[in-house]
Amino acid sequence: MKNTTTIAWKEIKIYFVSPMAYIIMAVYSALAAYYFVTSVSGVLPEATIRGFIFPSTLIFTLLSPILTMRLLSEEQKLGTLELLMTSPVRDYEIILGKFIASMASLLSILIPTLYLVLILTWFGSPDMGPILSGYIGLILYGMATLSVGIFASSLSGNQIVAAVLAMGVLLILSIIDLASTYLTGTVADMVMHISLTNHLESFARGVIDTHDIVYYFVFTSFMLFLTIRSLESRRWR
Amino acid sequence: MEDPNSTPMIEVTGLTKYYGDFPAIEDINFTVGKGEVLGFLGPNGAGKTTAMRILTGFMPPTHGSVKIAGLDVVDDSLEVRKHIGYLPETVPLYTEMSVEDYLAFMGGIRGMDSKWLKRRIDDVIAICRLEEYQNTLIGKLSKGYRQRTGIAQAILHEPDVLIMDEPTVGIDPIQVVETRNLIKGFGGDQTVILSTHILPEVSMVCSRVIIIHEGQVVAIDRPDNLSERLRATEKLEVDIRGPASAVMPAIRNMEGVLEVNRVDRDGVGIYLIETPHGADLRERISNLVHERGWGLLRLQPIQMSLEEIFLRLTDMEPGTK
Repeated sequence: MKNTTTIAWKEIKIYFVSPMAYIIMAVYSALAAYYFVTSVSGVLPEATIRGFIFPSTLIFTLLSPILTMRLLSEEQKLGTLELLMTSPVRDYEIILGKFIASMASLLSILIPTLYLVLILTWFGSPDMGPILSGYIGLILYGMATLSVGIFASSLSGNQIVAAVLAMGVLLILSIIDLASTYLTGTVADMVMHISLTNHLESFARGVIDTHDIVYYFVFTSFMLFLTIRSLESRRWR
Repeated sequence: MEDPNSTPMIEVTGLTKYYGDFPAIEDINFTVGKGEVLGFLGPNGAGKTTAMRILTGFMPPTHGSVKIAGLDVVDDSLEVRKHIGYLPETVPLYTEMSVEDYLAFMGGIRGMDSKWLKRRIDDVIAICRLEEYQNTLIGKLSKGYRQRTGIAQAILHEPDVLIMDEPTVGIDPIQVVETRNLIKGFGGDQTVILSTHILPEVSMVCSRVIIIHEGQVVAIDRPDNLSERLRATEKLEVDIRGPASAVMPAIRNMEGVLEVNRVDRDGVGIYLIETPHGADLRERISNLVHERGWGLLRLQPIQMSLEEIFLRLTDMEPGTK
């Protein structure tokens, strides 16, 4: 565990020293604010944060790969992966450390949006339940997208390749539920279940469903498992 | 070769690694005693890096085994890695970290406690003379200082075994000398394996040399023995026009000739004559050729430099091993 925190801490330090952290924070804040404003200034304004939850799925599809692209790609490029892999650290500790660091960066882009909640409480009396569940949903959704990003990052020593690959996979996974309208029966159901965005809907409505939580955790674990495998496979090449 | 009193720190048995069908190294055997400085010598692509990567547990061998401090590198990988300090060929550095942060991180993942780590960071910064740069970002350091940072990282946790892949490549000559002295200082407490393709380095730094060529061990010996063994003879290359049947025995019968080999090129015989160290046959050969009425086209002594010794060994010429 100590190894994991050491690795996570190193990544967090590097991330928050780089301008990237603040650019992404600013971009997300601006986009969230824009969607928030358009939703609360509509014809039937509601004191909710739903306005920026759904657009966030697309934003995360683009931002998560940028948050994660360097995590393993750079280690491969710098050759430091060889050093990590010959240190008394287990492969899963490396991946877990990186994952925790990426979660920290995810939280860092969500926290600034809390002022939108403050605005809601200032001008109205929002129902805190859906706001809380909305944030939980965003964190879980973000977690899943980060795990895809980390996996992509383990596959290539080139950060751009890793990012584009992750974006592609995430785009497909988040729009795949659209395909269900053209399908019927079990296949349609399956497609709906695979979709990353589909599981976010109930969170946005204020419903925390165990199914959705389990989905995000299973998805993330599977991706991290693949990442560990991908790392291990470097030893056999 | 092995000092019988020293306990083997590293035991390599039948080490073989295939990349697909290509054998990177084949059936390598050696042992290294505690405190020895062993040099891996070989041209690029000889399998040095592969061997080192297996030794450090970065990748498993196809066949054979490596034991470090009595532990198998595959079965007890995690435990073995605690004993090893490793400097890969491309110095692995996080360019956006400062030297001190980098060392702190490396110590952290090797499970060093904070007190020990703090003391060792000060130590290695002094040993590698990085005082002026300890708070500088690694990305801003020159190649030589990066190399030192890499070495600092490798010795940080006081490993029993230090493995360094070409530690003096790409740094300026003064730093090369400094680095060598640094490495020489490690022998004694630590067992060191370093790879290089620079011959003089081996004789300066190492107590024993393994010459690897095309994945196979060509020679294992002390560097002075190695040069002694190969420097014992001198060579002359002589081009003589004349009947081979007459020239060969005439030369062979000359006093001081150990061996003669003949290659024919456009009707001219090229004779490679081996003589004992210090015997100069040039005058006598020219007289001989003149007396017999043959034509002497070229007479050239061949100096056996360390480079040639190395080339000869790696060429696997018959009779030179």
